[in-house]
Amino acid sequence: MTTGTLRLRLRRGSTLLSENGSLIGLVVLVVALTLLSGDFLTVTNLLNVGVQAAVTAILAFAATYVIITAGIDLSVGAVAALSAVVLAWTATSHGVPWPLATVIALVVGIACGLANGALITYGKLPPFIATLAMQGVARGLGLVISQGSPIPLPDAVSHLGDTIGSYLPVPVIVMVVMGVITAVVLNRTYPGRAMYAIGGNEEAARLSGIKVTRQKLITYALAGGFAAVAGIVLASRLASAQPQAALGYELDAIAAVVIGGASLSGGKGKALGTLVGALILAVLRNGLNLLSVSAFWQQVVIGVVIALAVLLDTLRRRQAN
Amino acid sequence: MTEILRVRGLRKRFPGVMALDGVDFDLRPGEVHVLLGENGAGKSTLIKMLSGAYHPDEGTILVDGEETSIRTAEDAQRLGIATIYQEFNLVPQLTVAENLLLGRQPRRFGLLDKKKMYGQAQELLDRVGVRVDPRRPVHTLGIARMQMIEIAKALSLDARVLIMDEPTAVLTTTEVEQLFEIVRQLRDQGVAIVFITHHLEEIAAIGDRVTVLRDGMSVAEVPAGTPEDELVRLMVGRSIDQQYPRERSDAGPPLLEVRNLTRAGVFEDISFDVRAGEVVGLAGLVGAGRTEVARAIFGADAYDSGEVLVDGRPIPRGKVGAAMEAGLGLVPEDRKGQGLVLGADVRENLGLVTLHRASRGGFVDRAAQDRAAATMAGQLNVRMSGLGQEVRTLSGGNQQKIVIGKWLLAEANVLILDEPTRGIDVGAKVEIYQLINSLTAAGRAVLMISSDLPEVLGMSDRVIVMARGRLAGELSAGEATQDAVMALAVGEMEEAR
Repeated sequence: MTTGTLRLRLRRGSTLLSENGSLIGLVVLVVALTLLSGDFLTVTNLLNVGVQAAVTAILAFAATYVIITAGIDLSVGAVAALSAVVLAWTATSHGVPWPLATVIALVVGIACGLANGALITYGKLPPFIATLAMQGVARGLGLVISQGSPIPLPDAVSHLGDTIGSYLPVPVIVMVVMGVITAVVLNRTYPGRAMYAIGGNEEAARLSGIKVTRQKLITYALAGGFAAVAGIVLASRLASAQPQAALGYELDAIAAVVIGGASLSGGKGKALGTLVGALILAVLRNGLNLLSVSAFWQQVVIGVVIALAVLLDTLRRRQAN
Repeated sequence: MTEILRVRGLRKRFPGVMALDGVDFDLRPGEVHVLLGENGAGKSTLIKMLSGAYHPDEGTILVDGEETSIRTAEDAQRLGIATIYQEFNLVPQLTVAENLLLGRQPRRFGLLDKKKMYGQAQELLDRVGVRVDPRRPVHTLGIARMQMIEIAKALSLDARVLIMDEPTAVLTTTEVEQLFEIVRQLRDQGVAIVFITHHLEEIAAIGDRVTVLRDGMSVAEVPAGTPEDELVRLMVGRSIDQQYPRERSDAGPPLLEVRNLTRAGVFEDISFDVRAGEVVGLAGLVGAGRTEVARAIFGADAYDSGEVLVDGRPIPRGKVGAAMEAGLGLVPEDRKGQGLVLGADVRENLGLVTLHRASRGGFVDRAAQDRAAATMAGQLNVRMSGLGQEVRTLSGGNQQKIVIGKWLLAEANVLILDEPTRGIDVGAKVEIYQLINSLTAAGRAVLMISSDLPEVLGMSDRVIVMARGRLAGELSAGEATQDAVMALAVGEMEEAR
């Protein structure tokens, strides 16, 4: 075999791996944990992993939209907490019927996203700064409204945290539904396709008639709405809205997106990849728990996994050039 | 006097283009040697070889009579060759002194010795006779003084050869005079200077000898006193062969009307028409404001006053969407930076403009998009592995076909092509010309900006020439010769001085 064909084969092999890299990673992880721990591959445990992954995954879908446009959203965790607090506060403290309170919570999430988008497009702030500011504002408003204490959720909303029958945890259902919505938005809708174009080359998108400002507003609003859903799911599992909930989750969300194969420089990313990224994080945490690895070491392992995933991304892009 | 620099038979091929095809060039200490040539004649490639940015495929470079290989910028610096590009290599936030001594600031006990640094900087500034406080941040200076800082920096590196790439392009008349003063002074100190300019009247004022480049070849070496019309003839004197298969069609009613378009400081009072079935060439030197006018017409940039009408109806300014609806399309000059989403595939790029039209209630009919892309790629004979190939990996010609193709799918009636064949191999060029022919045959209108003069002459039914942001004149296909166009492109400039 000549070196040329060898190189070609190597390249083909690594393309296959990098395109499905995260999925292969997840399978390897599951197989390894099954061999290492008898408790891993049980229905109860897998459902548990699914529930743990749900909130991260929904936040990660939110981050996927933004990252595809070459932006970043550091506010999703704080917006999630704020939305949940607003739901509980309007419903429990002010007697607003729970369906209306839920709508209000979603509107708050979307409004936070729109504010991000407006700061980035009209205000010309870098996304990092705009959403960092929103992180502070949303987190702070949640604390102000709740006066720093958890507020019980209305019972009807708390059922979101239940399990239907014995095998269908509602958070997992919500995660799947949000994932399907993300896949459809990204693949089938105008705003979704515009996100890829904007992230790939904003000027080319603009000169092709895509209204970049409007599409970015939609992108961040969508992220805000998804963050609100994540916040409600998280609160329902605890049966109360906590102003300090989802602290630091935005970083897990970004990590899940990147592990899932999206590029922080924009134009690349998929709903399925993000879901796999979130599952990898959840499986990893769960497995390390089952193996009785100390919480301190877990952080180290997860850090290494994130670094490896981004290294893969860089290698992949270098190859593309 | 013996030559400090001697270049013999330099050749350099880029994919699809012979950038240099045999260049000889001599430089003596204490002379100002002007490099003259049209855009794309090979001036930039030559100086990039002398400064270590490119390496020649063939030919020799002798410094002080010894054959040398200039592989890196460090090699050039060691040989005493310094280049001042139009884009300055200065750090705007740092002070004048720090810029002058960047990377070799005087230190004492490992810390910066500021007193010594400002002293040394002052000496360097005195040498070029520029009066500026070395403590000032560079970004607070005007362009002219930034240029002087660049010169001072070059000299501080013991430059014996100073290459200046169009140093006067950005300067006012008084500033040009100051620059000339410094250049003369350096020349008298024995520095050898390579001076690139498009302004013919500057040649007699500052130059000693002139080397004329044309199509990558050095065609003549003449004294700086040579009459201007002779210089123009040397620059453009070449024949147009059969590579421009323009088939003229009958011109219909005007599709694009531009009326008194003005943007302060960029272009002024631009008016012209492009008729159905017509190719209008927009010629001029780089920096004459052609691209800016094109972008303003298309709504990519705003303008201050004037009007653009498509099909007789005015279109609002600064709105790409409205321009598109009216039937305009722009193939931008910077194909990779503005025309394509490089990381996306052929299908995505071809469907970019029609994305909105292919959507119902927010949902994109991707099957229809795919079919349209496949048809268009076939029509344009795009050579690719499939619609899923990333456009990054396509050749320049095929990339350009895709940028044009996305507008064809949108059925744009008026296409503005900005440098449509730049960096494209000859075969693909002809395919693009044929595409232009089929567009006009179908009654569409084409405005073609090009710095490739034979292309403008070969493909246009009418040529309008811009110089310094103004219309310098309009020529019919019959009147448009290389000399006539060049005279308009550079002539206006001399009046402005």
